Amino acid sequence: MDLTFHPESDFKLLLAVPLIPLCGYLLQIFFGRFLPRKGDWLLTGGMFATMCITLYMFAKAMNHAYSGGGHGGHDEHEALIGFFHESRHTGFKWSWLFQTGEAPDSVRNLTIGLLYDGLGAAMLAVVGVVSFFVHLFSMGYMQGDRRYHIFFANISLFTVAMLGLVLSDNIVFLFIFWEIMGLMSYLLIGHLAQDPTSHRINHAARACKKAFLTTRVGDVCLFIGFMMFFLHYETFFFSELWAQVNADVALNGWQSWHTTAGLFLFGGTVGKSAQFPLHIWLPDAMEGPTPVSAMIHAATMVAAGVFLLGRLYPVLSPEVLGVVTVTGATTAIFAATIGMTVFDIKGVLAYSTISQLGFMVAAIGCGGVGLVAGLWHMVTHAFFKACLFLSAGSVIHGCHHEQDMRKMGGLRKKMPITFACMLICTLAISGVPLFSGFYSKDKIVMASFLSLGHEFNGPALWASIALPAAAAITAFYMFRLIFMTFFGAPRDSHVHEHAHESPWPMTVSLMGLAFLGIFGGHLWLNGDLLGAHGTWWEKLVMNEHNLADLSKMYGGVELQNTYGGAAMDPHGHVAHSAHIWALGVSSFVAALGIFAAWLIYHKKKIDPARITARLGGLYTTVANKYYIDEFVEITVIKSSVVTARFLRWFDENIIDGCVLLVGRINRTLGFIAAWFDKTFVDGLVNFLGTLSNAMGSALRLLQTGRIQQYISFAVAGGLLAAAWLILS
Amino acid sequence: MEHILSWITFIPLIGMTAIICLPKQSVGLIKRVSLVATGIPLILATWLYFQFDPQSVAGGGFAFEEHIPWIKGISANYSVGVDGISLPLIWLTCILLFLGVPASFGIKKSEKAYYALLLLLEVGILGVFISLDYFLFYVFWEIMLLPMYFLIGIWGGPRREYAAIKFFLYTLAGSVLMLIAIISLRLGTGTFSIPEMVNMAQAGLVVGPEFIGLDYSTWVFWFLFVGFAIKIPVFPFHTWLPDAHVQAPTPISVILAGILLKLGGYGLMRGCFPIMPVAFQENAYALGILGVISIVYGSFVALGQTDFKRMVAYSSVSHMGYVLLGTGALTVWGTDGAAMQMFAHGTSSAAMFMVVGVIYDRAHHRDLNGFGGLCQPMPIYWGLTTICFFAALGLPTMSGFIAEALTLLGAFQAGDPRFQVLVLISVIGIVITAAFLLWAIQRVFFGSLNEKYKDYPDMTPREIFCMAPLLFLCLLFGVFPHILLDVMEPSVQHLVTLLSVGK
Repeated sequence: MDLTFHPESDFKLLLAVPLIPLCGYLLQIFFGRFLPRKGDWLLTGGMFATMCITLYMFAKAMNHAYSGGGHGGHDEHEALIGFFHESRHTGFKWSWLFQTGEAPDSVRNLTIGLLYDGLGAAMLAVVGVVSFFVHLFSMGYMQGDRRYHIFFANISLFTVAMLGLVLSDNIVFLFIFWEIMGLMSYLLIGHLAQDPTSHRINHAARACKKAFLTTRVGDVCLFIGFMMFFLHYETFFFSELWAQVNADVALNGWQSWHTTAGLFLFGGTVGKSAQFPLHIWLPDAMEGPTPVSAMIHAATMVAAGVFLLGRLYPVLSPEVLGVVTVTGATTAIFAATIGMTVFDIKGVLAYSTISQLGFMVAAIGCGGVGLVAGLWHMVTHAFFKACLFLSAGSVIHGCHHEQDMRKMGGLRKKMPITFACMLICTLAISGVPLFSGFYSKDKIVMASFLSLGHEFNGPALWASIALPAAAAITAFYMFRLIFMTFFGAPRDSHVHEHAHESPWPMTVSLMGLAFLGIFGGHLWLNGDLLGAHGTWWEKLVMNEHNLADLSKMYGGVELQNTYGGAAMDPHGHVAHSAHIWALGVSSFVAALGIFAAWLIYHKKKIDPARITARLGGLYTTVANKYYIDEFVEITVIKSSVVTARFLRWFDENIIDGCVLLVGRINRTLGFIAAWFDKTFVDGLVNFLGTLSNAMGSALRLLQTGRIQQYISFAVAGGLLAAAWLILS
Repeated sequence: MEHILSWITFIPLIGMTAIICLPKQSVGLIKRVSLVATGIPLILATWLYFQFDPQSVAGGGFAFEEHIPWIKGISANYSVGVDGISLPLIWLTCILLFLGVPASFGIKKSEKAYYALLLLLEVGILGVFISLDYFLFYVFWEIMLLPMYFLIGIWGGPRREYAAIKFFLYTLAGSVLMLIAIISLRLGTGTFSIPEMVNMAQAGLVVGPEFIGLDYSTWVFWFLFVGFAIKIPVFPFHTWLPDAHVQAPTPISVILAGILLKLGGYGLMRGCFPIMPVAFQENAYALGILGVISIVYGSFVALGQTDFKRMVAYSSVSHMGYVLLGTGALTVWGTDGAAMQMFAHGTSSAAMFMVVGVIYDRAHHRDLNGFGGLCQPMPIYWGLTTICFFAALGLPTMSGFIAEALTLLGAFQAGDPRFQVLVLISVIGIVITAAFLLWAIQRVFFGSLNEKYKDYPDMTPREIFCMAPLLFLCLLFGVFPHILLDVMEPSVQHLVTLLSVGK
């Protein structure tokens, strides 16, 4: 098989990646209900084709990375940075806003192209694979749903958006796909809000609205952020932003607006990747069907925020990175503590997702090794968390839509495949060596240690404490889940009796993802099993093992935001000892967490009720999610509604009142005028009328109609006239 | 196709005459005549839209011009023409009026008069968009007012007379201010021709006497501005809108929101700003503030509504604020965004009023809290409503997104850095808009179904026919914005050049 890059034909393949599911969506939405099996095979088949293309392209990327990039290098740029394609530069381009006249060439236009680099290659493959397995899983899980065909259509359109987001070469298109994902997330969380047979119908209705609005706050921040960057650099393209920002900073240093704009950009991540304090939507989003949770709220959409940080890392100032680290580390430990108190099987996984996203974000904030590790955790997490969710879905399906872990137990024998897959992925998320999660998590811990550096660094210190602690808690609550669900005696005999293993589409999906949960980490492992010399991931995104030089990830741009350990040589003494430390610490905390869970929930040496009683108010606070929902309810939602009600009153009474007042004044003036008119103007007229009337009556006396009288008047008049003439 | 603009404008008048001649009883024929009399202009306008070469008006000027001397004594001419700003709006008018006819088939009260007035309304609206002579412009402006008054006042809801009179008086007040300004412009410049006035304004020749202590350009600017702002409507001149909308029958609300509001924005771009560019520059920031107040205030008041139609009406106030913000910024992007917003809002808000109409026809009330679970009996209705609402809240791939994004980007780049603050405030409106729309969806469509609504029929083919094309246009221009922007761009650029005179 030819695994070298041929940009012209490869772009067509990459274009086909989002277009295949898009066509599937259009067919499904109009004709799905008429197709046999309501068209699920159509979309799943389409996703299979998509997955094959993404894997083929991924193989090309890996081949390129491992062969040193000598082949497809048709221009200097590419030869320098391994492979890094922007289709704008290789022929394919589409003017989006304007196509005729002078505007298309102006800075105001937007040209669309594809960006395919190491990070994109891996993420594209991840989305393709996870999406295919989720489609397959849904064929079993969603069986009997009222709106089966719509569900498939929606999840397919979601995949289109996610694939488009990964391939975008400019931030506007990333934002567009980002928003479409928001819409699909809304519709899929609300899937059961339209099903009268669901007893969670009102919860789902609230949850989807909350998810969309909360992330929209972040989206608006993101928009402001890239607007600020556009104002200064007049470009939306990632590669141009990287180059221009860093060239500018090299000359003039970081400006304060860089930090402001960077914080706004990070706001997008906080919303989409459910970071504190905008994480509140994600636990509620579990109202969506489980495949949706696996796909959107674990593997792909929430990872988009992390992906965004990966794309925009070069434009974030050191101050922003500090905030990123603190936010991530705080989220990691904060969500992990809540995860310990939740009894809903999907709820545990939801908080676990928030916590793991916190790991990724914190790592990226650490810079350098952390950036690479954080992005890698995004990849490995996608596999094992999707698998965990799907396994949970399988359990829920097997237990006839029971989600409370307190009613489960002893399911190991009833659902062996589900159990095995879930155990593998639990080991992976806990960071047990040789499972995929270990490699990335180990690197994250190492990055936080590395960025401690030689002088005091608050964010790094916090990350170095919070992340290992969160890792221990992760291992604890994940094994708590395993022990409560699969081990021990059945707590609810009714649930247990009716439990059964899931049909083949579901188990096959689980096994596929569990396989990646193990081997996703040491695929093409280099040298040692512990990954000290780097793994396929570094090879792919960096194209070499020099972790000190991140410029290889960003088109050869000399990065200016050296923060924490970015400048450290990973092969040097400091890095080596940091890695040893990280290895020790992460293995130790994983073992500690697992041991504690085993002691409490399997051996039952310690009664969890006693611990919670001892903790008292602290436990209640954590179990109530630190009352953040209540806080937001009061401060944001209530205040908005009160403002709205007040402004409505203001509008109807004050503004419209003024208008009506003007109207009333005019009407009153009208009445006064009418009265005046009637009394005076008309009075005068009437007076004149009366007067002339009276005069007429008086004169009438003279007009008697008798000739003699007229003659005598005439004679008298004539005499009077003659007398006057004579006298004068 | 020599007099194509006149044909487009006056074919509905021929239709109206035909309807007047028909007997009152032949309702079917009246409807068919109305369809034809609105359909032919739509075909012609569509042809015109794709025939139009935007580059031909790149440096100013107009296409498809006609000049006929009219009233010689006051040198008022019948001169018409289009550029990239008016042409999309003409097209939109023809689309909405054509869809307005089948949307009116539910009306069962003196159809003959109704359709005759509807066609007269179309003549008035199209006339305003094609006029290049201020006298002609004003005549059409007033022609349009009259049928609207009767359409609300006769076929409206329970408080129709109040609403109609409020609408009429409010608009008339604006017209009076406008008339004073137009007369003084005629006296000052010696012409009614808008292009000539614009040319004179470029040379700084539009001068005149002071009035109530304000210099000429300021008072003429504000008189014209208020006249048009009432139509947009801009805070605080907006309170006629919710009353008119709530009382008007559905198709009239559609036309009111879809086009009549655009006349205000169009009037500012054609007849106010370019004639008074200096006063515009002096007051640009104030206009931006008014725009942002409209955006944020409108969305909050909409959030506080319990009446479905009032909510949609206030969302119009909010969305039309972008038109002011975009033009006030005096950047090409901002003005592009404003021009696009007029079209985008024309389609999305028209569709939203149809959404309200569909449910009102079935339930005979509009209380948002009185519904629930309607997506179960009416899945098509729910689907189209969702598309419509997401178009209104500016989801990417919908034309509203392009318009709002361009407006905000343009305003953010404005030469006046204070506009950046305005943009930061206006985004509150974006979030609140999403909030009230999604809340409405939740209250109307989600949750458990009220037994009363269990047997509601889904949308009829007629209703789908009225709404779907609008949503298709929202999507079309959201995915392929160049179809609109290419036509607008040269004229917008010219407009910005005109407005930047002396800068």
